[in-house]
Amino acid sequence: MNVIEVRGLRKSYASFEAVCGIDLTISKGEIFSLLGPNGAGKTTTVEILEGFRTRNAGEVKVLGFDPATQGRASREWRNRIGIVLQSTSDAGDLTVSETISHFAGYYSRPRNPEEVISAVGLDNKAKDLIRNLSGGQRRRLDVALGIIGSPELLFLDEPTTGFDPEARRAFWSLIDGLRNDGTTIVLTTHYLDEAEALADRVAVINHGQIIEVSTPMQLGGRSSSKALVQWRDNGELKSEETENPTALVSSLTTQFSGEIPELSVSRPSLEDIYLKMIGQANE
Amino acid sequence: MNKIPSALNLGLRRGTLEIKQFTRQRESVVFTLLFPLILLAIFGSVFKDTIAPGVTFSQYFVAGMVASGLVNSGFQQLAITIPMERDYGSLKRLRGTPMPVASYFIGKSILVFVSMILQVILLLAGGYFFFGLNMPTDASKWFTFSWLIILGTASSTILGIAFSVVPKSGRGASAVVSPVVIILQFFSGVFFIFTQLPSWMQQVAAIFPLKWLTQGMRSVFLPDSFAANEVAKSWETERTFLILVIWLVVGFFISLRTFKWSRE
Repeated sequence: MNVIEVRGLRKSYASFEAVCGIDLTISKGEIFSLLGPNGAGKTTTVEILEGFRTRNAGEVKVLGFDPATQGRASREWRNRIGIVLQSTSDAGDLTVSETISHFAGYYSRPRNPEEVISAVGLDNKAKDLIRNLSGGQRRRLDVALGIIGSPELLFLDEPTTGFDPEARRAFWSLIDGLRNDGTTIVLTTHYLDEAEALADRVAVINHGQIIEVSTPMQLGGRSSSKALVQWRDNGELKSEETENPTALVSSLTTQFSGEIPELSVSRPSLEDIYLKMIGQANE
Repeated sequence: MNKIPSALNLGLRRGTLEIKQFTRQRESVVFTLLFPLILLAIFGSVFKDTIAPGVTFSQYFVAGMVASGLVNSGFQQLAITIPMERDYGSLKRLRGTPMPVASYFIGKSILVFVSMILQVILLLAGGYFFFGLNMPTDASKWFTFSWLIILGTASSTILGIAFSVVPKSGRGASAVVSPVVIILQFFSGVFFIFTQLPSWMQQVAAIFPLKWLTQGMRSVFLPDSFAANEVAKSWETERTFLILVIWLVVGFFISLRTFKWSRE
């Protein structure tokens, strides 16, 4: 079953066309990541899916529902989705647990507030006022509010900005847990390692169009691209790009007796591939 | 599957939450609740005259301050805090939940109503104990007082929500909203005796609810003999009711149509 179906989506602001004909299909239980530089049309696309923005053309179905619809049906629909926005702050005069319990009351089948607080690792901050939380802790609260309604579909916009590496790992395992519960997740992120760790499929958007949709391993011909072999010879660092790294390494083994100094074999990272795709598109 | 909670139910929950948040902003609580009393102390000490048989300026001024309280805790408060909530992104976050806009409005009305009641109690108690304020004894006057408070709170709340789209940012909101309120207070006979104002000011004021709330409150706190000193030689109670209802209804439809959850 498809959770999100988009056909020929277009949106312009004054004379600027932010989204120029996007097609997208995301199926149930998938973690789908949208990648693209700032101003590429990512946020506009996601905000149309979230029902925050109107569109100029195209068909959009999210959980079988047109997000542009208003009224009672829209409430029923919002009851099934969760949204973690890019930046939310407020005066912070409530405690973590008061805020989460209050939001739980908006939904027909909320998760247990205490369990959600533990899931995002805020147990020992539950009684603290929000204004006394650090940036990363506030972000975890945002995530908690996004998942409190046990959504079938969760939108995450730059969820780990401001996290330290440890908190980011903890967040990733939280998302893995949601995946196991069958939650469909749309993730926008600037961190390519995050997309690689979490996403089943990624889409690269630039200039309002989708350049490619693929798995992180296959994007931009990554799985079949040349490998980079590096080693040190007579104090000089050498490197060679090759389609047959195994052959190269075995010839090096005959050249050196024993260990090849500082040997490494690497494939381009998702980030390398991404930057290449964006670079080409901009030329 | 459980049903999503009703708009009224969520409105009551929002009201409780709004009050909780309000009481945690100590400076703002003290200022909002005591400000009318401070003004009464200043004006009561400066103007000690009797403006009509049995009517002191303090008595006249209290009527104006109660009416102003409705405008301050509703219109002014909301037209300043809602743009701030919008800047913070907390409104957009609410928009992303199944909570309907009506619940948000109900929550705000509850907050305004509660802070209004506290403010009025403090003002009347202070006036009674320190400035010899006469309390109405007639039950019908308290009845008028009650519907003025309810209708005044409701229209002030809804107009504050409607006006919240005018300030471009939370930071500038106070600079946009406060002058509007202060000018209305001068024009509506809160600080001066209404009939002594130039007639063009009186006519401008008559378009807006504050003049009618102030006059209505005078009908509660001043002796009926004073009605002859009013512009229309009467309290115009029915007209006051009608004008407040019109503003309430118009404000409601404007709010529903123009309310903005985020800055773009």
